[in-house]
Amino acid sequence: MPMRGRVWKFGDNIDTDVIIPARYLVTIDPQELAQHVMEDIDPEFASKVQPGDIIVAGRNFGCGSSREHAPIAIKAAGVQAVVAESFARIFFRNAINIGLPVVEAPEAVRETETGDELEIDTENGIVRNLRTGKTYKATQYDTFIQHIIRAGGLLNAVRERLAARQAAGGSQ
Amino acid sequence: MGMTMAEKILARAAGRRRVEPGEIIEVAVDLVMTNDITAPLSIAEFKKLGVERVFDPKKVVFVPDHFVPAKDIKAAEQSKIMREFALEQGAIYFEIGRAGIEHVVLPEHGLTRPGMVIIGADSHTCTYGAFNAFATGMGSTDIAAAMATGTTWMRVPQTIKFVYTGTLPPFVTGKDLILYTIGQIGVDGALYACMEFTGPVIDQLPMDDRITMANMAIEAGAKTGIFACDDKTREWLAKVTTEPYEPVDSDPDARYAQIIEFDVSNLRPLVALPHLPSNVRPADEVRDLPIDQVVIGSCTNGRLSDLRIAAEILKGRQVHPRVRCIVIPGSQEVAKQATREGLVDIFLEAGAVFSVSTCGPCLGGYMGVLAKGERCVSTTNRNFRGRMGHRESEVILASPAVAAASAVLGRVASPFELN
Repeated sequence: MPMRGRVWKFGDNIDTDVIIPARYLVTIDPQELAQHVMEDIDPEFASKVQPGDIIVAGRNFGCGSSREHAPIAIKAAGVQAVVAESFARIFFRNAINIGLPVVEAPEAVRETETGDELEIDTENGIVRNLRTGKTYKATQYDTFIQHIIRAGGLLNAVRERLAARQAAGGSQ
Repeated sequence: MGMTMAEKILARAAGRRRVEPGEIIEVAVDLVMTNDITAPLSIAEFKKLGVERVFDPKKVVFVPDHFVPAKDIKAAEQSKIMREFALEQGAIYFEIGRAGIEHVVLPEHGLTRPGMVIIGADSHTCTYGAFNAFATGMGSTDIAAAMATGTTWMRVPQTIKFVYTGTLPPFVTGKDLILYTIGQIGVDGALYACMEFTGPVIDQLPMDDRITMANMAIEAGAKTGIFACDDKTREWLAKVTTEPYEPVDSDPDARYAQIIEFDVSNLRPLVALPHLPSNVRPADEVRDLPIDQVVIGSCTNGRLSDLRIAAEILKGRQVHPRVRCIVIPGSQEVAKQATREGLVDIFLEAGAVFSVSTCGPCLGGYMGVLAKGERCVSTTNRNFRGRMGHRESEVILASPAVAAASAVLGRVASPFELN
């Protein structure tokens, strides 16, 4: 099911310190974290962003720390997906694990601006800019990553595996 | 076709004869680590799995270091959650006053050895590549899954080989080498890759400098950094462990994504200006940039050799009247040794403060947070906007020698600028 949302465009190297400053890492509450998302790059962002919005960014999105609080804050703020030219690896992994769609589509990023409406079909790897009507290909997820996504995140995938193991091995 | 050391370590951990870059494999982990700001989330996720015990308490480590000793009530509660879980599980736990910063402490206790696969809920877990291990940072949920199962999934990285040749000039250290490298390739120049650090200069490089380099591999976007195990590695390990280990070498016909050579003979002490670790310049090319604070410490440069260098420069000199110089020993052991050697006296006489072991200011936690418009030269590893405090403050990364010289002169300065 493709998702649609209004775009907020950012540049290259959006790091985890601007996504969620360390001074807020004294909580794991998603709603609390959401109130401070992107604060050091745009202090108003948390109040402007609406559920269903999409973040579009340049290269190396999410670089820096391994803090899972970063994708958590973005997701809890109601952002549906992040589309970027490229992702930092720990952020990418964390986002998949918690069920925040992260889509790599360099061409789409370069021709998308804040305020545009994007349509994203993650299953087929297609991004469409509804303002320009242009369609772009997105890098497709590896089968293994698709498996985590289908399970609804890493915890679910692990739970499934542990349950299967128990069922196969009898009572443990 | 041979394999790189990273590929070999992952193949062994996956129970495979060989692995190819790009493949996704499942690996057994030898050590899983978390700290006071990432543990609460990991523990919450672990509990959701419905598993009672961690897979092996001797392979799970908890270190309080980021916001400790507790900087406020919320931080205290996070530390408490971690402490109670660690003790209940019988896992490896280091308490305040008997530990320090995770990436200084683990090697001190012989927990990081050749051939191991080490994952941690901290991006600077790559530090342990200095010990010929495959070590990488992950998020709290990945760590929770690993604590429960003893395994994790990994995509086998490409390896980029870096060869450092020439003669290392005075005051050019591991910190300068890694800053130079990141400046050359960019903050995503090694994205998803393993950085293999080699060459005659590396062979001569002391362990502490290798640790500094591996520590900052993440700042080039790398999955990890790695070094071969040689006599220097063995000498270090002999002091801290009797556990057996098997060094892992890259095959002569291993395939690399890139091979990049640097002649270091003309390097000068460097700085990384705001707001990226790749914004690198020679320190002596930065003219008239006054500073408010200097931090000497962190998992990057908080070891005894780093403090010795800083002390050598601060001895008989005074910290500039406008500057707050904060020296943070990387661990209790470093603090004890620095005291015994008289380094602490030197810092105190010079007008610097000597802190408890903590990550503190590195991530704007406490113990030296910056106000609007303030500027700090720091031996830490990141200088993103707002990293050490107000979003309109600035962090300049440097080696201990440059940091100490800057503390004396009150501006960004190379040690050669001192009389």
